[in-house]
Amino acid sequence: MMPARPPSTSPPPQPAGRPALHADVTVVRGETRISAEFEVVPGHPLAIIGPNGAGKSSLLAAIAGLVPLESGRVAVGGRVLHRGVPPERRRIGVVFQDYVLFPNLTVRDNVAFATRMRHSRANARAAAEPWLERYGLVALADRLPAELSGGQAQRVALARALAAEPEVLLLDEPMSALDVEVRADMRAELATHVREFGGATVLVTHSPADAAALADSVLVLESGRVTQRGTLDELRAAPATPYVERMLSGSAE
Amino acid sequence: MPRRVVAIALAALLGGTVTACASPSDGGSPDGSPSAAAGSTTTAAAGATTVTVFAAASLTEAFDELATRFEQEHPTADIVINYGGSAALARQVVEGAPADVFASAAEEPMRTLVDAGLAASPVVFATNTLQLVVPAGNPADVAGLDDLGRPELTVALCDESVPCGAASAELLERQSVTAVPDTLESDVRAVLTKVSLGEVDAGLVYRTDVLAAGDAVEGIEVTGAAFVVNRYPIAVLTDAAAAQFATDFVEFIAGAEGRAVMAEAGFGAP
Amino acid sequence: MAAPTTRVSGRLAWPVIALAGLGLALLVLPLAGLVVRAPWAELPELLARRSVLEALVLSFGTALASTAVCLVLGVPLAAVLARAADWPTVPRRLLRAAVTVPLVLPPVVGGIALLLLLGRRGLIGSVLDDWFGVTVPFSTGAVVLAQVFVALPFLVFAVEGALRSTDRRTELAAATLGASRWQVFRFVTLPLVAPGVAAGAVLCFSRALGEFGATITFAGSLPGVTRTLPIASYLAMQSDPDEAIALALLLLAVSIGVLLGLRDRWLPGVRG
Repeated sequence: MMPARPPSTSPPPQPAGRPALHADVTVVRGETRISAEFEVVPGHPLAIIGPNGAGKSSLLAAIAGLVPLESGRVAVGGRVLHRGVPPERRRIGVVFQDYVLFPNLTVRDNVAFATRMRHSRANARAAAEPWLERYGLVALADRLPAELSGGQAQRVALARALAAEPEVLLLDEPMSALDVEVRADMRAELATHVREFGGATVLVTHSPADAAALADSVLVLESGRVTQRGTLDELRAAPATPYVERMLSGSAE
Repeated sequence: MPRRVVAIALAALLGGTVTACASPSDGGSPDGSPSAAAGSTTTAAAGATTVTVFAAASLTEAFDELATRFEQEHPTADIVINYGGSAALARQVVEGAPADVFASAAEEPMRTLVDAGLAASPVVFATNTLQLVVPAGNPADVAGLDDLGRPELTVALCDESVPCGAASAELLERQSVTAVPDTLESDVRAVLTKVSLGEVDAGLVYRTDVLAAGDAVEGIEVTGAAFVVNRYPIAVLTDAAAAQFATDFVEFIAGAEGRAVMAEAGFGAP
Repeated sequence: MAAPTTRVSGRLAWPVIALAGLGLALLVLPLAGLVVRAPWAELPELLARRSVLEALVLSFGTALASTAVCLVLGVPLAAVLARAADWPTVPRRLLRAAVTVPLVLPPVVGGIALLLLLGRRGLIGSVLDDWFGVTVPFSTGAVVLAQVFVALPFLVFAVEGALRSTDRRTELAAATLGASRWQVFRFVTLPLVAPGVAAGAVLCFSRALGEFGATITFAGSLPGVTRTLPIASYLAMQSDPDEAIALALLLLAVSIGVLLGLRDRWLPGVRG
């Protein structure tokens, strides 16, 4: 399947030896103070679930270094990522809500972006090829993001993030930009890719169906505070708050 | 997306251009333009008749003084003076600017008006000669006309298209001096200002300008200046709306009191 | 007859139409007068004059140079200004006011201010003169400085508008992909605002080309060194109106060229 390539364009690495993510963070967004502490080990994705405005995305942004921590710490394996470590040196990949692809770059150049920051343009394009193949993007390689469907854009966003070879992957509401009809398919596809990535993965969602398909355990965030954690089955058995109860009894979306 | 901003910027661009074009010609006439725009004989609140005078920039101090005195003698007259470069003023009159009296720093602009039938029987009421002007203290040790050829000095002259420039060129040629100017200004007062700010080391202006600038500058008499004399003619314009007062004013300027004030300002007798 | 249309037409009141016509006449007739009174027969000879060519070359050279300076300084300034939305009110407004002032200031005032700052007796100019023997006024460099002073805001506001309309999250995304701050600016921000930068540069160039007041005040007027097209046109008006009109026509042609160049891309309302 994978043709022989120069070392710099080797196939995505295997999960072995990936570090765990440990986060004990407090961030302030407007009036809300958001605090959470959790550990995610490779191969066992965590879903952070909660109502709109609970602070889920701010939590992810803080881990990625995009907003400053009020207090606490983030560690990836033995590396402590204190305040001064900027996003570009964290090796934490992010798939943003509605993907935020570079609108002026083709699919190939989007995927090649991380390599481009370290190498020449030609090297970066070559390095992007295995990722394009792996995510079924070869036929779309010369398109601009505006010409992609939601599902295609999601694939590009994932390939772009993973081509940077991050140690940790953060997914912010990855399904919310998709049409309802394709969500089930894309969810299954995304689950496969997340499994293949194999590193520590955190997913933010408000959908129990996403959590069920993509994560092993769940952390419930309400108004900036963790109100319950466990597997979905454990939550179902003993919902700690009215929100958890409503969420699990409501429709999957 | 950036359209709105670009549109605003464009609007401002056009506005800015208009301002840029308007400022120099308005510069000399802070008082003159409103009444000139309203017509030459407006009746002010006091019931006064407005007399609009277009006068060379070098006449500023003397004519301000004379206008005040004339108004004291003629309480119903209101003298409004628009100062500027003589050639530019003459051109404005040709293009229809409403003026009653024209006082020029040279005979050429007046001739333009006479030839066009816009002015008749001009009278020479004063003369002026050139002087070297240097900033107070003469930092560059300028001694004479020859120094205008020193390339290391910053020198300002009038452009040849205006009377002081034509006179300067004539003087320099007469004395066989090749000046190395750094700027050729559009009127004599622009030269004077740059000297008094200390931005240029030397310039050629009228001796009356040196007097008017006070302590900020020093004048240096130059050989040959007496042979290059600017003659100042004044005339009532044929289309003058306030013809009577205009005639009175011209006679007042050319009369004994006018000559006394002109002499005090450094002008020579006609 | 009644093709489906969403426009309401023919409903403007007469006074509105009459005043609009008057406004239009005010805009167009002076230019028409210029074109009608132009000495077309002598135009080739007038435009081939040394004084005209000198002014043309100087004007284009300095306007290009000041546009380059505006790009180098203005794009970063626009980036700061766009980011200033997060700042406290007072410094934010002060910054915006500082950038806006040259837009509303008569250019002559700008020239006086430059002279008082960079002239030989000026705040900075005296230091330059005493220590390095450098005098700024009355040089071609002074022309460029005067043009930058009046033209910079055009570039800054065009680029700032483009920056504000871009999604800041693309910059954050680039950071998570390993791009340093400089790389984010170079590889993400700049390409995204390129159309705004281009529009700003064209506006900046045409403003610089037409600059008069600040230039004659600060840089003076010496043929081939500081006498740009507008100054040459103004001076020619004193002695040789035909040459002045020829120079004015030249400036008009350049301005129209700029408008046409901008037309479809970035100017609203010109497309119709």
